[in-house]
Amino acid sequence: MEIQDLKNVGAQVRRDIVRQVHSSQSGHPGGSLGCTDMVVALYFREMKINENKNAEGFLQFVREGIGEDLFFLSNGHISPLFYSVLARRGYFPVSEMSTFRKINSRLQGHPATHEHLPGIRVASGSLGQGLSVACGAAYAKRLRKDDRFVYVMMGDGEQQEGQVWEAVQFAPHHKLDNLIAIIDWNGQQIDGPTEVVMNNLDLKAKYEAFGWDTVDLDNGNNMEHVVESLKQAKAKTGKGKPVVILMRTGMGYGVDYMMGTHKWHGAAPNDDQLLVALNQLPVTLGDY
Amino acid sequence: MKKYTFTDKKDTRSGFGAGIAELGRSNPKVIALCADLVASLKLDTFIKENPERFIQVGIAEANMIGVSAGLALSGYIPYATTFANFGSGRVYDQIRQSVAYSGTNVKICVSHAGLTLGEDGATHQILEDLAMMRAMPEMTVINPCDYNQTKAATIAIADYNGPVYLRFGRPVMPIFTADDQKFEIGKAWTVNEGKDVSIFATGHLVWEAILAGEILEQEGIDAEIINIHTIKPLDNEAILKSASKTRCVVTAEEHQLNGGLGDAVCQLLSRNMPTPVEMIGVNNSFGESGTPAQLMEKYGLNAKSIVESVRKVIARK
Repeated sequence: MEIQDLKNVGAQVRRDIVRQVHSSQSGHPGGSLGCTDMVVALYFREMKINENKNAEGFLQFVREGIGEDLFFLSNGHISPLFYSVLARRGYFPVSEMSTFRKINSRLQGHPATHEHLPGIRVASGSLGQGLSVACGAAYAKRLRKDDRFVYVMMGDGEQQEGQVWEAVQFAPHHKLDNLIAIIDWNGQQIDGPTEVVMNNLDLKAKYEAFGWDTVDLDNGNNMEHVVESLKQAKAKTGKGKPVVILMRTGMGYGVDYMMGTHKWHGAAPNDDQLLVALNQLPVTLGDY
Repeated sequence: MKKYTFTDKKDTRSGFGAGIAELGRSNPKVIALCADLVASLKLDTFIKENPERFIQVGIAEANMIGVSAGLALSGYIPYATTFANFGSGRVYDQIRQSVAYSGTNVKICVSHAGLTLGEDGATHQILEDLAMMRAMPEMTVINPCDYNQTKAATIAIADYNGPVYLRFGRPVMPIFTADDQKFEIGKAWTVNEGKDVSIFATGHLVWEAILAGEILEQEGIDAEIINIHTIKPLDNEAILKSASKTRCVVTAEEHQLNGGLGDAVCQLLSRNMPTPVEMIGVNNSFGESGTPAQLMEKYGLNAKSIVESVRKVIARK
C-alpha cells in the first residue's frame, strides 16, 4: 500500500479508536493514537500475512502463522488500535468494534485469545510478557526454517518491568535475528512523564549494551518515516542480532487535546469531547 | 492389604528425565527449556540426543514461561523446567496470562517440590504450588507418586493439548508402580481396595499411605488407598465412590493444608456427601533445613501420622 493510502487508513483507525473508547466510556486512547501509524504500516504494507479468505469473506486466521510475519502487542492496553487495524485489514467485521469492552464481546478490554478473536495470538495486558512470547515465536520460526519475521510492540513505561530485560538478554544470546521489536517511546505513563515516574534514561544505549541492533525513528507519527524505519530494520535482520526500533511518538497524536499528556492514557472522552475529536479526524473508509 | 514390594529406589525427577528422553526420540515437537538447572532436572540425555531442541534460558524463569508460550502457539510442545518454587509462585502472572488464559500448550515441569527438597530450607520448599495452580482456570495439575508414574505422566501429557503443571521431587523413593503403566490424566489409581477408611494420597505420600495401610491391617483396619496423581481435574467419581463405601476419609499430601488435595476432596465431599475427613499436610507454616526423613517426621507427613489420622477419623464415623 502507498503512503497516502496508509495515511487514509490511519485517519479512519484513529476515528475508530476514539469512538470505541467513547462508546464503552473506558479504554486507553493516548497510546493507541500514538502507535497508529506504525501498526497500520505493519499490517497494510510491511507484513506478509495469510491472505486466504474463509466462507464469510474474512481473512483466515491460523494461530501458528507458519510462513507469515507475526505481530505481538505487548502493551495490550492499546487494544482499540489493535482491534481497529485487525478489523480494517479484514480479520473480523468492523461493526464488531461497537462491542469493545462490553459484556459478551470478543473485544476484551485487553487483547485475548480466550474468545477466539481472529488475529490475536496471545493475551496481553499484564505488562512485560510480550517480548518473551515473541522470542519463543522467533525461535520456533528458526527451528522450522521459516524465514518470515516476528514483530513485537512494547511501551516505554513497560521497559520498567524486569521480565523485559530477561528477554532483552535472551534474544541476542540465541541470535534471534528474525525479531524486530518496536518501543513506543512517548515519554508518558499513567502517573506522569516517564522521566519523573521512573527514568528510562538512554534506551538506545541499553539495548546496544545488551547486544541489539537499533533503528532510530525520530517521528513515529510521520508515515514516511515509519515506513523508512521498517525498511532499515529489515535490512539489519539476518545478521545475528535482534533489532529494535526506538520510535518517538506523541501520545494522543491526532486529537489536539489528547496530545503530549499522560492524562489521556486511560481516560474516555465525553460526548462533547468526542465531537471535537471527530472533527479533527476525517472519515476515509467509512465509520463502523 | 495388597502387597507392594520394590527392588529399586529412585527420585521422581529421574522419572521425568527418562520420560522426556523418550519423548525426545518419539515426538519431534517436544522442546525442553531450563533455567540453569539442567542436572537437577535430569535433562542430560534429552540434551545430548536433541541439542537443537533444548533452550537454555539462564536464571530467568519469567522469560522462560513467555518463550514457552511463543513456542507453543507456533505449534511446538515446550516443557519448561525448573524448581517448583520458581515455576509456580515466581511466575504466577506469566503462567496466568501467557499460558492458561491464552490456552498455550505449555508443560510446566517442576522438581524439588515440598519439604523433601531437604537441606536447602524453606526458601526453596514450595508448599503452596498445588493451591496456586489448582486455583488457575484451565490448568491441569499432576503430582505423581514414584519414578515410573512420573515417567509415564511426562510422556502422557505430550498427547494432551493444554497447559499442565507437573510436580515431582528430589528424594530417592521406592519404585512400586508398574514400569509399563499407561498414565491417564484425571483417573485415580486404586492402590488397595478396602472398606473401613479411604486414604487419598498424592506424590511422595502414596508410599507412606501404603506403609500406613500395612500397620492398620495389623490392627484389623481395612484401608482403601487411592493415588490421586491428578489434583485437577479431580477424579470425583472415584473419590465419591470410595467415600460412600468407607464413610470416612484421610487425605495426605506434601503441601499446605490450605488449598491442596485435602481442600479439593473436602470441597467435593461437602457438596455431595458430607463425610468426616482428616487431612495430612503442612499446617500453615514454612519448612526448614533438615534431611527429608527428619522433615517429614517433624511436620507429620509420614505413615505414622496417617495411621493416627485414620484412627481419629474412624472414631468420628
